[in-house]
Amino acid sequence: MNFVAWQMLTGDRAKYLGLIFAIAFSTFLMSHQTSIFCGLMNRTRSQINDVHDAGIWVMDPKTQYLDEVKALPDQDLYRVRGVDGVEWAVPLFKGTTRAKVHSDGKFRAVILMGIDDASLVGAPRDMVLGTFDSLRQPDSIIIDRVGYKFFFPDQPLQLGQELEMNDRILRISGICNSSAPFVNLPVAYTRYSLAVNLVGRERNLMSFVVAKPRAGLTNAEAARRITEQTGLRALTGGEFGWATIWYYIRNTGIPINFGITVAIALIVGTVVAGQTFYLFVLENLKQFGALKAIGVTNWRITGMILMQAFIVGIIGYCLGIAMTAAFFESTKNNLDLRGFYLLPQIMAGVGVAVMLIVVLASIISVRRVAVLEPAVVFRG
Amino acid sequence: MTQDNPAVICRTLTKDFGTGESRVTVLRGVDFEAHYGEITLLVGPSGCGKTTLLSVVAGLLNKSGGEIEVLGTDVDTLKGSDSVLFRRRNLGFVFQQYNLLPALTAAENAAVPLLAAGFNRKAAVEQATNLLDKLGMGERAKAKPNQLSGGQQQRVAIARALIHEPRLLVCDEPTAALDAESGREVMKLLRESAVRADRAVIVVTHDSRVFEFGDRIAYMNDGRISKVEIQTGNQIYAH
Repeated sequence: MNFVAWQMLTGDRAKYLGLIFAIAFSTFLMSHQTSIFCGLMNRTRSQINDVHDAGIWVMDPKTQYLDEVKALPDQDLYRVRGVDGVEWAVPLFKGTTRAKVHSDGKFRAVILMGIDDASLVGAPRDMVLGTFDSLRQPDSIIIDRVGYKFFFPDQPLQLGQELEMNDRILRISGICNSSAPFVNLPVAYTRYSLAVNLVGRERNLMSFVVAKPRAGLTNAEAARRITEQTGLRALTGGEFGWATIWYYIRNTGIPINFGITVAIALIVGTVVAGQTFYLFVLENLKQFGALKAIGVTNWRITGMILMQAFIVGIIGYCLGIAMTAAFFESTKNNLDLRGFYLLPQIMAGVGVAVMLIVVLASIISVRRVAVLEPAVVFRG
Repeated sequence: MTQDNPAVICRTLTKDFGTGESRVTVLRGVDFEAHYGEITLLVGPSGCGKTTLLSVVAGLLNKSGGEIEVLGTDVDTLKGSDSVLFRRRNLGFVFQQYNLLPALTAAENAAVPLLAAGFNRKAAVEQATNLLDKLGMGERAKAKPNQLSGGQQQRVAIARALIHEPRLLVCDEPTAALDAESGREVMKLLRESAVRADRAVIVVTHDSRVFEFGDRIAYMNDGRISKVEIQTGNQIYAH
């Protein structure tokens, strides 16, 4: 009878395609919007993700997230270094300053990362041109590809270009790929001692202390000890990343906005698919009645309807996911849209949502056929 | 149970719809028999209860009172899947509006009872194609219902009703949607292909032009059988 169910489904092309497109667009909207949302949230912690060497971030106890920092006094660095279980700890500066192309005056705000002069902990690893230890040269910076393309459009990637920050001429000694930041500003890296001179002076300038636990101790345990012994807030990189994400979720309209879109996609998908499917079943009611009269059980007919629903669900889901994948594939080389991609977890989650749509859409239809009296076929 | 016994026996059969003040009694003590090897016509004016009686006989509706025995079984005692299984094995149906599945070909439609019984699709469709061939529809076996005339569709419906060799064939107004000529051809086909010594055929009709095809005509009026006529000349098998 699976063959009969399949033929019944595909026999009405308009409804068949209508069902598939309803589910496909619902899938597309859900997977696309969820991917953008996740990408956006991931961007909020991009500078945390880009620091690979240190597993622990130490900050002022009142710091809530990455982008709003109260700088620490220099002695906090030594307090952290003095905690039992800390292998090493180095300062990290994160701030925003204005960079200008010296020759033509074009300027833009950049995220400036000042990394430890001696160890270069936190230096970019994904270098496009040059090496990260070129930062040891005087007045050198590494800038990410987005920044380079902004400041020097239509020019090939090359080292030696100059940027001006806080009246100081800096030479680009490396070009890197960085994770896209939330506000999509260029990211520049330089030594800590240089970075603190490129921004407006405050009494304290050390944004963070980043540290590594000694062998045999976990990041979480070392972070706990730092907090306990210094009174500072110490988190693992993962914890700080999530703290930053949660800050944006709780304090911005972003999740509500995306959540509404996803909810609408779910509701519209369910309603349209359910209505179309119900109409499809209603139009075939006599045929279902005939099948029941002939001796097809309610269970078998339920199986046929569910099979029809799952077929359109699977085809619609695959189409929708393909549309989302095609979108991200087509935008993968757009530097402004980097960091947005379709996660396997989103595919799985949307798959579950589509199955929910399919089940909800078929429940009413199944019920309608289940209570159908087969004697209806004798009523001309 | 022998072939000498009637295939269908109804004694003072009643059927009500609704309850309380809205109760409507449609069958008011029906005494009815359908015999093997015969076409029994159930005739009468609209609303007299023909279709309801057919539905009760076919196990699609439960009786309200009286006795009913179909092929030696009290169909009213069959519940759920037993009733479905009984219909699947023993009954064939021909409907007024054919009720063919529009997405299936003639052969696939005729094969549906076999598919419902779990037959392999290829074997079922092959068997249906052979039967359609015998019914003069071999060349249209791959046509969809919307490509067939009313008479042809009814032939396919007859093939569907006979494909699984049922012992009781119930037909509800099989000629009502057809012109006179097509109606006669359908009845002729039923006469030639459906009537067998081990099978009973019940045809509900109000089309007096096809009365000649019945071996037994049960006249129904106001929920009761008012008269039964036997036309012995039509009998093919002695019983």
